[in-house]
Amino acid sequence: MPTYYSFMPEDGQILKNSTSGGFLSRARSVAPPTWSRWLVPPAALSVHLSIGQAYAWSVFKPALEEALHLSGTQSALPFQLGIVMLGLSAAFGGPLVERNGPRWAMFVSTVCFSLGFLIAALGVATGQYWLVVFGYGIVGGIGLGIGYISPVSTLMKWFPDRPGMATGIAIMGFGGGALIASPWSAQMLSSFGTTTGGIATAFVVHGVVYAIFMSLGVFLIRVPKDGWRPAGWTPPETAGRALITTANVSARNAIRTPQFWCLWIVLCFNVTAGIGILEKAAPMITNFFANTSTPVSVSAAAGFVALLSLANMAGRLAWSSASDAIGRKNMYRVYLGVGALLYLVITLAGDSASFVFILCAMGILSFYGGGFATAPAYLKDLFGTYQVGAIHGRLLTAWSTAGVLGPLIVNAIADSQEAAGKTGPALYTTSLYIMIALLAIGFVANELIRPVNPKYHEPPVTEAPEKNIAAVPQGGS
Amino acid sequence: MMAEQNTAAPRRTALMVVTWAWVGLPFAYGVYQLLLKLGPLFGG
Repeated sequence: MPTYYSFMPEDGQILKNSTSGGFLSRARSVAPPTWSRWLVPPAALSVHLSIGQAYAWSVFKPALEEALHLSGTQSALPFQLGIVMLGLSAAFGGPLVERNGPRWAMFVSTVCFSLGFLIAALGVATGQYWLVVFGYGIVGGIGLGIGYISPVSTLMKWFPDRPGMATGIAIMGFGGGALIASPWSAQMLSSFGTTTGGIATAFVVHGVVYAIFMSLGVFLIRVPKDGWRPAGWTPPETAGRALITTANVSARNAIRTPQFWCLWIVLCFNVTAGIGILEKAAPMITNFFANTSTPVSVSAAAGFVALLSLANMAGRLAWSSASDAIGRKNMYRVYLGVGALLYLVITLAGDSASFVFILCAMGILSFYGGGFATAPAYLKDLFGTYQVGAIHGRLLTAWSTAGVLGPLIVNAIADSQEAAGKTGPALYTTSLYIMIALLAIGFVANELIRPVNPKYHEPPVTEAPEKNIAAVPQGGS
Repeated sequence: MMAEQNTAAPRRTALMVVTWAWVGLPFAYGVYQLLLKLGPLFGG
């Protein structure tokens, strides 16, 4: 029986996987020669469109608050814990995902995410809110993190010619998940009612439907054979693009490099700048134009939020695809440099023209989404595909940090300015200057990124340990 | 062998259509719901 070896220097040992492994094993998910790589993005999307539901949690908040007599802070707990668990499970579960392959990871994500809803349903039905927090926040949150990183390196192996576009599709799906879940969950609550029984039924339906929907990914995902390349494609010369490496760096070594931490700062500050607007979009546009002859209505503000979601999603696919053509470093120069300029235009234009505010905010949010989607391909350029999923998981701690930092800056300053009696754009001017400064720091960090020192590279595999080795996979998916 | 190849291509096309529809239709529903909210911003 042929035996596969995967080298995981992360653990300092060689792991032996038999091809007789179960359906979830990496060996069983190797694609046949006729498999189309265009079947891989739907597999990734089935997971990302599902776990993106997390950003629609707010739909359940009013119903939970009324049915279980909770405060706003309490009803937000499952979501907040879920996002924390996303970061933690992506960071610490990455090596497991690399070792066991994308099918295993998608299965774990499906089980955890769906089980989270079912546990939460039990919690609501029995009036035990801690079960909702544990189910959706902890168990479901693990599903979020493992699911988020599950298809990343597999997509890049299938699309070595367009890695930015490939990961852009999946990560756009995460943004799209809330667009689907928000109206769907609201419709379900209005059908089943907002009593404990109604909410519990809605949670059960969510758990079952997401389990079925995500199963497509589990069954469809395939890893390419070692050395597979798209027909007619040859790897480009790396001399012209010094940042693109052909070597591989392990996850453990990656976090020892300055490149990782520069990119961490880049992602953190780019996300901080975007999330600062996104989180407070509706009150921000209303306050900005409150003193003008054409104030923005509540429904128009909701439309503005929707427009920003669209820009965020479109940016994930468009800018990430563009990075395949102009290079990752140049793309981040645009995100950070042009993003800072757009913030400056908003600051200087004040409340003189609403369309300038809207256009600039759309640009910033498209860069926010693009920053997320381009990060995996940037990591691949710097560290190779070997353990890029695990490295990406660790980079996502920048997202968790920015998720706290961005809203904190904008809300705290707006509150203090309001307390000082200020109105209109003055509520946000200081925050906007801080965002410009953060983007400038991110720009400098991006400029500091150089090729990784070869001392961090993995040694090339030259000798097979047994005669009957069928393949020596180069790390994980 | 030839017969297998003849049936493989239509099967692959059908799989492609089904899988993209599986994810594309819910996504289109989400985008449609989002577009409905844009009306008031542009005076609709």
